[in-house]
Amino acid sequence: MRFREIVVEKAVIPKLASTKRDEAIAELVDALVAAKTIAKKERDEFLKAVIAREKRGSTGFGHGVAVPHVKSPTVERLAVAIGISPDGVDFNALDRKPVHSIFLLLSPEHRPEDHLEAMELIFGQLRHERFRNFLRQATTTAAVITLLEEADASRPAR
Amino acid sequence: MPSIRVTIANRLGLHARPATAFAQTAGGFSASVKVRRTDGQEWVDGKSIMQMLMLAATAGTVLEIATEGGDAADAANALRALVERQFDED
Repeated sequence: MRFREIVVEKAVIPKLASTKRDEAIAELVDALVAAKTIAKKERDEFLKAVIAREKRGSTGFGHGVAVPHVKSPTVERLAVAIGISPDGVDFNALDRKPVHSIFLLLSPEHRPEDHLEAMELIFGQLRHERFRNFLRQATTTAAVITLLEEADASRPAR
Repeated sequence: MPSIRVTIANRLGLHARPATAFAQTAGGFSASVKVRRTDGQEWVDGKSIMQMLMLAATAGTVLEIATEGGDAADAANALRALVERQFDED
């Protein structure tokens, strides 16, 4: 699995407008709707599901990153939206720090192994401070995509 | 370092909530906790959710858990129990 296969380029937001969790998630869901990854009529349902999941336990796992996610029976392919927040979003993170990089992950419900593989891919990079810093400092979609392509290139094929 | 082997049995594998439960349980002990897939090389820190998620442990994956220091045996028992009761999910 590669970032370029799962990240929806039109759903990369280099500067999130909101610093509130639910609003930031809404920005990312709306970007996926605009990119036609999510049908318009499913927008509210997805948003509600992602927020409900956050309320059960924050996906702000520390180090300024959060990976909100939802599994859906209507999603055919795994899709990721990325939001960068220079100001930081209050995600109720486990380490209480504001979140600067958000990876919103939509996974097909019937393919739990894809979901786990995507988590591995994402955290395989997010654990590196260098990657987190570059991502946080990216100011354009192109800069984010370049960073992801570099990450893809650094992974051994398997 | 003494270690135990456990098999991930819940349908969805070691996704975020089980990884969180694992890391929090591990974090409750002073012993160090290292985890790896038995079909892999890399050891990860069992007290880190992010690192646990890097294992991409699907249902059926066998994990080796190595604990060391003071309450190592208690930590191993608690983590084995958590995995065996499938993280209290399906």
